[in-house]
Amino acid sequence: MSDVSFVVNGKRVSGAAEDRTLLVHFLRENLGLTGTHVGCDTSQCGACVVHVDGRAVKSCSMLAVQASGSTVVTIEGLANGADLHPVQAAFKEHHGLQCGFCTPGMIMTATDMIARHPEGLDEATVRTELEGNICRCTGYHNIVKAILAASKTMAKASKGKAKQAA
Amino acid sequence: MGIEGIGARVARKEDKRFITGAGRYVDDMVVPGMKHAAFVRSPHAHAQIKKIDVKKAQAMPGVIGVLTGKELKADGIGNLICGWMIHSKDGSPMKMGAWSPLAVDKVRYVGDAIVIVVAETKGQARDAAEAVEITYKELKAVVDATKALQKGAPQVHAEAEDNLIFDWEIGDAKATDAAIKAAAHVTRMKIVNNRLVPNAMEPRAALGHYDKAEDHFTCWTTSQNPHVARLVMSAFYNVAPENKLRVIAPDVGGGFGSKIYIYPEEIVCLWASKKTGVPVKWVADRTESFLTDAHGRDHVSTVEMAFDKNNRITGFKVDTIANLGAYMSLFSSCVPTYLYATLLSGQYNIPTIHANVRTVYTNTAPVDAYRGAGRPEATYLLERTMETAARELGVSPAELRRTNFITTFPHQTPVIMNYDAGDYGASLDAATKASDYAGFAKRKTAAAKQGKLRGIGMSCYIEACGIAPSAAVGSLGAGVGLWESAEVRVNAVGTIEVLTGSHSHGQGHETTFAQLVNQRFGVPIDSVSIVHGDTDKVQMGMGTYGSRSGAVGMSAIAKALDKVEAKAKKIAAHLLEADEGDIVIENGEVKVAGTDKSLPWFQVALAAYTAHNLPAGMEPGLKETAFYDPANFTFPAGCYICEVEIDPETGTTEIVQFVAADDFGNIINPMIVEGQVHGGIAQGIGQALLEGAHYDASGQLLTASYMDYTMPRAGDLPSFKVSTSNTPCPSNPLGIKGCGEAGAIGSPPAVINAITDAIGIVDIAMPASPSTVWAAIRAAK
Repeated sequence: MSDVSFVVNGKRVSGAAEDRTLLVHFLRENLGLTGTHVGCDTSQCGACVVHVDGRAVKSCSMLAVQASGSTVVTIEGLANGADLHPVQAAFKEHHGLQCGFCTPGMIMTATDMIARHPEGLDEATVRTELEGNICRCTGYHNIVKAILAASKTMAKASKGKAKQAA
Repeated sequence: MGIEGIGARVARKEDKRFITGAGRYVDDMVVPGMKHAAFVRSPHAHAQIKKIDVKKAQAMPGVIGVLTGKELKADGIGNLICGWMIHSKDGSPMKMGAWSPLAVDKVRYVGDAIVIVVAETKGQARDAAEAVEITYKELKAVVDATKALQKGAPQVHAEAEDNLIFDWEIGDAKATDAAIKAAAHVTRMKIVNNRLVPNAMEPRAALGHYDKAEDHFTCWTTSQNPHVARLVMSAFYNVAPENKLRVIAPDVGGGFGSKIYIYPEEIVCLWASKKTGVPVKWVADRTESFLTDAHGRDHVSTVEMAFDKNNRITGFKVDTIANLGAYMSLFSSCVPTYLYATLLSGQYNIPTIHANVRTVYTNTAPVDAYRGAGRPEATYLLERTMETAARELGVSPAELRRTNFITTFPHQTPVIMNYDAGDYGASLDAATKASDYAGFAKRKTAAAKQGKLRGIGMSCYIEACGIAPSAAVGSLGAGVGLWESAEVRVNAVGTIEVLTGSHSHGQGHETTFAQLVNQRFGVPIDSVSIVHGDTDKVQMGMGTYGSRSGAVGMSAIAKALDKVEAKAKKIAAHLLEADEGDIVIENGEVKVAGTDKSLPWFQVALAAYTAHNLPAGMEPGLKETAFYDPANFTFPAGCYICEVEIDPETGTTEIVQFVAADDFGNIINPMIVEGQVHGGIAQGIGQALLEGAHYDASGQLLTASYMDYTMPRAGDLPSFKVSTSNTPCPSNPLGIKGCGEAGAIGSPPAVINAITDAIGIVDIAMPASPSTVWAAIRAAK
C-alpha cells in the first residue's frame, strides 16, 4: 500500500492505494467519481480519459501512485457549477452521445484537443485526434460535429476575453 | 408540431447526466457490504473437466467463497435455454444441448464459466481465481460450421448428432427449382457473412443481492429487457419466484442485441449472493466480453437467383449454414430462420423463394441477435446478388432493382411477410440524387488519373421490425409474446410519469417518449418523466430490440394516453358544463371548442385527485395502463449508396461518400433518428471493412481485445449524408416503422458492392481489410 495525495477537481484528496491500483480505479472506487469509465483492458477505448496536470491521459494507463502530487480533472469537474463547459454543451446540442458510456472520455479528449489547437480544428484533424477514443453508438458523425462547434464557440469566447482585456 | 412535440429536433433530456459524469451504470452501483466476483473460465475450446480443486483459492487473502457448478446444480439452479422452438423440416424439434451456468463435466468454448470466486476486492477475486486448479482432458475442437457438419467432426453436444441443431426450410422448393431451370439467366454466388462481436462500450455486469430477512433477490444488470430477464431467471433457472426477484437495468451503455440475453453471470451472482451472504458484483473486462458476449452473423450461404429475359426475378434459392456456437443462446434459433429467411424477398417482386437453413454447434461463443439480427444476413445475400446480376446482365444496378421493385401494397411475399406500405423508388431516387450517381463515371476517371480505383455500390434493404404480433410469433415457435406495455400517471399537479416496458440504452427514450406526451397534452417535456428498467416500478414489459420501442413501445404509450385523454375530457366536460365531444386539449389547456371556456391542464389533474366534483360514478385518479400488441411487423426500407476509393499500392479503402435514404414512417425526433442511422452505418462499415471475430483451429479467439479486433474509429469513417422519404406505417397508431437497425442492415452490401466495382471482381471477403483488398487487386490482374 502507498499513500496517494493529489488535487482532484479542485479539492485535495488523499488515501492509501495498493501499488497496482490504476488511477481510474482509485477515482472510481476510492473517490466515488464514477463518471470516468472502464471500457477495455488495453488502453484502447478512451472511456477513462481525464486531465492530469492539464494533459489528457488515459487513467487506466497510469497507476494511482504515479498521479500523486498531480492536479487531476475528471468529467465531474469540467463544468463551472451549473454552467456546462462549452464541449459538454456542444455534445448535447449536436447529439454527440447516445448510451453515454464513452462520453466522459470523449469530452475530456475533445477539451484537450481544442486547447492544443488554438488555431482551430477541421474535420480531418478531429477524426485523426479521436484515434484513441472508441464510440459504438454514434458513428462519430455528431461527435465530430460537436467538437468542431465547441472549438468555434471557445475561439469566439477567448477572442471576446482578449478584446475585453485589451 | 410544437417546439417539443412530434417531429421536433429536441435536444435530449438524459444528456445532462451523461455529459457531467452522473450516469449510473451497473459498475457504478454500490450496495453496503458488496463484494466482488471473478469467474474461472475454460482456457480450452473443448475439454472434459476431470477435477476442480478450490482449496488453494479458498485460502487466499480476502476470499469469501469459491463455488462450483456442482453446488449450483445441488441448489436446483436450471440450465440456460433457447426460448424459440424451431422444428426441422422432418418435424423433429431442435436439438438443444444442456448449458449449465457453471460447467460441470465438460467445457465447450474458450470462456465457458466454471467457478465463481467471491472476495473482498476485485483484485483478490482475480488472484484467487488464478489459484483454482482444474484438470482437463482436452478434446478436439471444431470452430467452422461447415466442418462441424461433417461426419467424424468433434461432437459438441451428445444431443445434436453431427452438431446439427436443426435443418429447416421455408418457401416452395419445387417451384423455385423449376424457376431456376426455366430461367433466361441465373446468378449464382457463395456468400459468407463474417462473425462479429457486438462490443457495446459498457462491458456486461451484474450485481446480485440476496436479502435474507425478506428472502428477496435484487439484480442490477446490463439488460435491454429486465422483465424478460426476471421471467426467464424465475421460470426456467429457478433463481427465485418473480415476486421475490427484482431486476434493475439502470443506465446501460449500449446493447446492440448482446444485452437481450440472460447469461450465466447474472444467475450465478444472484445465487452466489445467497450462498455467501454478501452482495456480489461482477463486471466483465473487455476480453471476457469478447469471449462470452453473444456474437453475431457467421453464415455461409449459396444462392441462385433466376431472371427471365426481361430481367425480372423469377425465383430465389438459398442454402445457409449458420454457426450458433457452443450453446443455444436465448433467441439464437429465430435469428437465422424467421428474422432472416422471411426477408429474402427484399424490396422485390419474387414469385417463388426457397431457403434451407442448417444451424450448427461449434466450439465457439454462442451466436445470437446482433443489430439487425438475420435481416443484415438476408440483405447481404440479396444485394450482393442483385449487384452481381446487374453486372452479368449488363444493366445498371439501379435499373435492375427498379425493374423488380414491389410497387403496390399490401404485398404478400412468398416467405410469410405481408408488406404494408413503402415507396422503394422514392428512396432509390433520393439516394441516387444525393450521391450524384449519374456523375460517377467522371469521378472514376478523375480518380484513375490519381492512381486510385474508385467504385460505387448500392443496396436497397428492407427489414421487418417491431417484433411483432404475439400470436404470429407464438405460432412460429416463440416462447414469449412481443407486445409492449405502458402506464401513464398524471400527478395531481399535472406533471406526468410514463412507465414503459421499453428500455433505453442509448436510444433517447426519455426525450422521444416525452415528446409524444407533449404532443398530446402540451405539457413541457421537462414535466414528463420516463420510468423504465426496474421490474419493481414498471409493469411487465418486453424490452428494447428489433427497432421496436417506437413502433410498439410508443404505440402502447399512445394507447394509454388515449385512455387518459378520454377520462380527462370527461372530467373537464363535467367541470366546464360542456359536452364531452366539444372538449379539446391544446398547449396545456383543456378547452371547450369554439368558446373562451377553459381550464389549465393541472386543474383537471387536481380535480381527478381531490375527487370533490367528479362525474357521477367516476373513480378518482388519472392513471391508465395499456398493453399494445402489434397487428403486423413494420417494414422500414431504404437505399444506401457507398462510394470508395482504393489505393492499389496499399489496399487501403477510403469511403469517400456514404448516402442513406431511408423510409422509417413517421418520425418523432429527427435528430435522434439520424443518430441511430449514423451508428448503424458505422457498424455496417465496420463489418464490411474492419471487423471479424477469428478463432484458430483449436478454438482460441484470436481477436479478443481492441488490439486485435478492429473497431471502427473516427478516422475510418466519413460524415454521412442521410435523408428520409417516409410512408407512414398503417398498422400502428403513430405510423412509426423503426430506425434502430437499418444502418447496420443496409450498409455492408453497399460497401462491398463498391469495392468489388472498384477492383472489377465478383466477390471479396468481409472484412475487406487492406491486405485482403491488396491481394484481391493482385489476383484480379
